[in-house]
Amino acid sequence: MSDDILTVKNLKKHFVIGQEGTINRKPITVKAIDGISFNVREGETLGLVGESGSGKSTVAYITVGMYRPTSGTITFRDQDLFADSKGRPLALKKEVQIVFQDPGSSLNPRRNIKQILELPLRIHQPDKDRLHEIIRLLDLVDLPPEYMHKYPQSLSGGEKQIVAVARALATNPSLIILDEPTSALDVSVQGKVINLLIRLQREFNLTYLFITHDLSLMRNVASRVAIMYLGKICEVAEAAEFFQNPQHPYTQMLLSSIPVVSEEEEAAKPEKIISSGEIPSPVNIPPGCSFHTRCPYGMDICKQIDPVMVETGTGHVVRCHLFEQPQEVLQPATSAAPSPT
Amino acid sequence: MSTPCLLEIKDLRVEFKVYGGVLKVLDGVNFHVNAGEKVGLVGETGCGKTTTMKAVLRILPMPPARITDGEIFFKGQDILKMRDRDLGKVRGSGISMVFQDPTAALNPVFTIGEQLGAVVQHSSPANRRLSKRQIREKAVIPLKEVALADPERLLDSYPIQLSGGMRQRVCIGMALATDPELLIADEPGTSLDVTIQDQVLRLLNGLVESKGTSVVLITHTLGVVRETTDRVYVMYAGNMVEESPTRKLFAEPLHPYTQGLMQAVPKLTGGGIAEGIPGRIPSYLDPPPGCRFHTRCPHVMDICRRQKPPYFKADEDHEVACFLYAPHLDQQSDERAAL
Repeated sequence: MSDDILTVKNLKKHFVIGQEGTINRKPITVKAIDGISFNVREGETLGLVGESGSGKSTVAYITVGMYRPTSGTITFRDQDLFADSKGRPLALKKEVQIVFQDPGSSLNPRRNIKQILELPLRIHQPDKDRLHEIIRLLDLVDLPPEYMHKYPQSLSGGEKQIVAVARALATNPSLIILDEPTSALDVSVQGKVINLLIRLQREFNLTYLFITHDLSLMRNVASRVAIMYLGKICEVAEAAEFFQNPQHPYTQMLLSSIPVVSEEEEAAKPEKIISSGEIPSPVNIPPGCSFHTRCPYGMDICKQIDPVMVETGTGHVVRCHLFEQPQEVLQPATSAAPSPT
Repeated sequence: MSTPCLLEIKDLRVEFKVYGGVLKVLDGVNFHVNAGEKVGLVGETGCGKTTTMKAVLRILPMPPARITDGEIFFKGQDILKMRDRDLGKVRGSGISMVFQDPTAALNPVFTIGEQLGAVVQHSSPANRRLSKRQIREKAVIPLKEVALADPERLLDSYPIQLSGGMRQRVCIGMALATDPELLIADEPGTSLDVTIQDQVLRLLNGLVESKGTSVVLITHTLGVVRETTDRVYVMYAGNMVEESPTRKLFAEPLHPYTQGLMQAVPKLTGGGIAEGIPGRIPSYLDPPPGCRFHTRCPHVMDICRRQKPPYFKADEDHEVACFLYAPHLDQQSDERAAL
């Protein structure tokens, strides 16, 4: 397991949001993450995809240490990220950085770019020449040095996000968590930010945990993709395999719901699975497989027993009852049948 | 234009007076919708899509907004010159609108039934004399149409008790409850998840087709336009830059802005991501002279800096506001080859 930079094992995060009543003090919990395991390999881009409320941002926040997990472990290069109950050592904080979704609110409007980039330098590299470093950082992200005197409000959305990327780079990290870095931007600007991220990854051998809801974007960026639904991972696969042979019914529904711009893309989508039903509230997750309320292949077993991860191909794991048992027992639809292993 | 226009916007100019000066937002917008047509209006944030449609319903905040020029005809009548009483008839039974954010569009302190009831009550003069029970019976119908489960119970719910997808369905139901001739849908799926957006758009499509309602779909997602509309307008910085039947536009985009936009969309078939369009949308305080896109255009020519391009017909029904397609300019032939 030496090539894994981040290993997540059976991670859970439950938030208590209230009590059922004044007499019955039973807590109401939101199971934002409910037992997920995955690993991120050194130098790769793992795309973590899910709809709102699936818990993907909670994964990001736990990894950078904004929350403590309810249970489970996260290890970074064989070091437990939450071993020290007092907080994470500086050396580990330096290695894991984050870029948030909305650069408008993640950059302090009352600080100029110089001050924004200075803070991580002051904490993590106190003996370096800061001004020199700031110019180097701006140069890395193709911004002219004059920008350090500007304030966030005078930058466009794309430029703000680029500054946020520069700030993440300031500590010289190995793993950067990108929490929907382009979803607040227009498509014509998105390309620039994404290509910058790809270039920086090559230059510094960075590892990305790329959180997004945009599968088309993942097709072009990720080396592996993991799909989350209501706090659980349903499918993980290499990107090429994932888009050619999506297996979980939810993945197929997601892919076939994407609006596309050309005929070729239309052909690349899986057979149309009509999207139906609502995403259940994370306070009240259905028993058994949480997707059974919307699943076109729903069986009796799905309502009672939560499926486990099964490997259906090299590096391709799916959490669905369709793939758990011998194939002849269930023949829901040919398109969903797994390839014989 | 053989079929009669339901809505026609002619040379619309809108300005906003702000502290720093005057924002010249709409710069001569031309737009029309034929009866029974589904028209898409695409463009990026801040290009004036919503401003145009708000001008149609006269719900722009005035001041700071000011309509300095132009006409808006709805079934031959100029909306901008209408008296308020006549306008009230156009709003609702003539044109209705679905807004981007269903949470903000519904009033949080009234139940769905109260809000929907008010719409039903004012949708026709005959309905004003109905009793509360009769209105309630009528208010259930739109909820059933949008395929919401248990509509009777929903009438007594507050918006906060519904999910985003359900709220947007309620808004669609509400907009269609008055049987409008034209529905303006302003990014109806943008605040929703893809699978839910897919459901909402399919529902909207089915309903307008069965009722024969015309639709203007405002969006910044090109894919949504391709899958739902017959004809598209592409808007950039307060100008319509290209107009074409949907299939043609996606097969052969002509305006450099449309081309850049199409390339920038990440494709499901892979192949990397294009750099996008360099630069940013110009400031409306001091928009560039000539073609407003010339500061970012890869094929910019001298004339673009001086003169605003008129519409050139690239084809029978495909118009584009770009000098590259001017029939009489000599230099354009080699420029075009470079495309």
